[in-house]
Amino acid sequence: MGLKEQEARAEEQQFTTVSTVSPNWVTTRLDFLVNWARKNSLWPMPFGTACCAIEYMATAASRFDIARFGMERQSFSPRQADVLICAGRLPFKLAPVIRRIWDQMPQPKWSISMGACASSGGIFDNYAMVQGIDTIIPVDVYVPGCPPRPEGLMYGIRLLQKKIEGESITDDDLREEHLVSPSGLFLPAARVDELSEPFGNSVHQTRNA
Amino acid sequence: MSRRTVEYTLSTPGLNAQGEVEQIPLGILKDTQEYKIPGEFDEGFGSEHMLINIGPQHPATHGVLRLVIELDGETVIRVIPHIGYLHSGFEKLGEYRQYNQIIPLTDRTDYLSPMANNVGFALAVEKLMGLEITERCEVLRVIACELSRIISHLVWLGTTGIDLGAYTPFLWSFQERERVYNLQEAWTGARLTTSVTRVGGMMADVPTGWTDALREFCRTFPSTLKEVDTMFTRNAVWCGRTQDVGAMSREDAINYSLSGPMLRASGVDYDVRKDRPYLGYETYDFDVPIGEHGDIYDRYRVRLEEMWQANRILEQALERLEKLKGAPINVSDPRVILPPKSRAMSDMEAMIFHFKQVMEGVKPPVGEAYMGVENPKGELGTYLVSDGTAKPVRWRIRPPSFINLAALPKMCEGALLSDVIAINASVDIVMGEIDR
Amino acid sequence: MSQLSSSVAALRTAFGDAVERALVSCGDSIVYVRPERVHDVLQWLKTEPGQTFDYLTDITAVEYRDPELLLEVVWQLRSLERKADLRVKAALDKQAPLEVRSVYDLWRGADWLEREVFDMFGVVFTGHPDLRRILMWETYAEGYPLRKDFPLRGHFSRAEQTRQALAASPETHYSLTELSIASAYHELPKDMRERLRRGERGFLK
Repeated sequence: MGLKEQEARAEEQQFTTVSTVSPNWVTTRLDFLVNWARKNSLWPMPFGTACCAIEYMATAASRFDIARFGMERQSFSPRQADVLICAGRLPFKLAPVIRRIWDQMPQPKWSISMGACASSGGIFDNYAMVQGIDTIIPVDVYVPGCPPRPEGLMYGIRLLQKKIEGESITDDDLREEHLVSPSGLFLPAARVDELSEPFGNSVHQTRNA
Repeated sequence: MSRRTVEYTLSTPGLNAQGEVEQIPLGILKDTQEYKIPGEFDEGFGSEHMLINIGPQHPATHGVLRLVIELDGETVIRVIPHIGYLHSGFEKLGEYRQYNQIIPLTDRTDYLSPMANNVGFALAVEKLMGLEITERCEVLRVIACELSRIISHLVWLGTTGIDLGAYTPFLWSFQERERVYNLQEAWTGARLTTSVTRVGGMMADVPTGWTDALREFCRTFPSTLKEVDTMFTRNAVWCGRTQDVGAMSREDAINYSLSGPMLRASGVDYDVRKDRPYLGYETYDFDVPIGEHGDIYDRYRVRLEEMWQANRILEQALERLEKLKGAPINVSDPRVILPPKSRAMSDMEAMIFHFKQVMEGVKPPVGEAYMGVENPKGELGTYLVSDGTAKPVRWRIRPPSFINLAALPKMCEGALLSDVIAINASVDIVMGEIDR
Repeated sequence: MSQLSSSVAALRTAFGDAVERALVSCGDSIVYVRPERVHDVLQWLKTEPGQTFDYLTDITAVEYRDPELLLEVVWQLRSLERKADLRVKAALDKQAPLEVRSVYDLWRGADWLEREVFDMFGVVFTGHPDLRRILMWETYAEGYPLRKDFPLRGHFSRAEQTRQALAASPETHYSLTELSIASAYHELPKDMRERLRRGERGFLK
């Protein structure tokens, strides 16, 4: 799937990576500090496309206010952002754009897929829509809803914070950069097709008459 | 799955159907039959022009719009908008959905004023079917449209303020929107994706106490408008950035098929509610603001005044709603409107009607209809072609923002780069509607 | 029951057999015109003193589910001062190349509307200065989405669509208008420069 950047770099430079240190009291205290700092200062990269972007704006406005979770500065430049919030549907034309934005974000980075369309394609099971951004970039938290209520998004952000709390610097797979494979896909082709298959009632939604 | 290999070539503008050059692109010498490109352009030209790209991911483009701008220093020579980054296949999807199933789709085109889209679509289907909706339904739909007008213009106000550097009105306008969202949620169950209409009626009547809440909103909303007015209308910075910027003349506005506040700010007295009234708008007492210069300032004044007028219409609609208390909201045609659940459970005929509508859907007669409504962004047209089945043959959305945005290159000629952002904001676009 | 617009009778007088038929549907007047005369008809409707359809509301196309029926291109016209609407249609044979003349010179609003009809249906508007795809990306290879033989989920598999989408880099969508600005041209890949030099159009082969 993705390339192991960390391994490649380590070989080149031949120094001991942190992962050779086994978890101990020092690393857990360090983890606590680092994770506390990271989770409380997540600067979002609002990749807002459609209706969920309006609910995202409502969440950022004064009634619901994500600034109290540390997301004070909406970073519209990916270079300075921590979490990519894909708010809205993602058509195929926009796919290379989000891939590029994701690639431009430096580690540590996380992503939240906000809404049904970003998570799975939503009600748009057609030629134009990516059936879930997880076929293109790795996703940490999925927030369902069409659009999710601001409370729902805030719950998703809290879940992400809990996830970050559980991270460890001794885990070398964690901050691995997931690049696209030479075939141009982020996931294997069969997996993309499997994730995009309609299921349940939506199997009948492609009848024309 | 077999791989299809397809040969494709890039399109080149300025060629006619025979492949001959019709318009010589700037900087390319036409040397009898051949272009002389590689090597390079003629020197007197363009080497000091810069090509910059704004978007598609950008805070000031109001969605996923991409602008490629040719600059000579700070002055814009040309703006080329690229759209389609939110193309969701709505019209194709509509051909696979029954008419009532399309109503949730309409929420998601212009997501800033969802109830107005629902009303526009339902009116088009009712025109196709020749249905007369009830009086209470008309009043409720007018309330839905005017509330949508207010929330859409509030977003426009907030985001335009941000683009021009004024952050506070964004918070004010979203605070007011939260109050309207509360109303929408109490009525329809959803803050944003309302799906409030059905073919022949409404999803539900307003709950008790809702009219009091709306009355309270109408009473206190003008104070926000006054605050915005105080802040912007005579503000030197605001006037300096918006007056005489991005002007469209009257003739151009008509020729570019602009609609809504864009058209009215250029001095054209055209409002669908006055010229082709629907939902009984001819019986309401309201004014339509018309601008003069067609610049951003006029568009701001027109939209601000429209919010005042929308408030006025809401108050009148509330009075009518009081008088029509207890009146039916749906047409009494069982082929179109679901029978009440109690009857569907006890009466055979009602159960059959229920079954047919849910399984097969509403079936209009063969025909086609175009219905234009005055959406906050402009004239939203719905063109439906029916072949007698439950799913339309063609559902065409005539998107006001799409057509208004096409005039952007014209408006930005000769402007400064920061004006491009201001002009883009003044067009009041919503990409969901543009790209559908 | 609504009556046929008076413009139809005037059209028949002026154009004779170029007007195929006319009808009223749900209160709207519709007139069918022969495809090769469409531009003349629309120009007459715009400029003739008694007609003055100065506002172009919409351009779109309709393909019916019945394969026998022709593909219709629809122009929705409006006269602001007379407060009149008219729908003009031209029926194109699906077996022949779908072509009709552009009305860009009459109404500038037709610019993007015609590009969209081209993108979604493949109808070529001759005389349009810049007929490129507008909603799909320029090198989109699956076809014309709103045609009835185009399945809802597209021809290719999802993995293939994702692959093609990721391969379509945003910068290479520049049109020649944009590329005439010198520096952008040099950043293009070599084969694209070649194609531009040859002046090729972007059609599905």
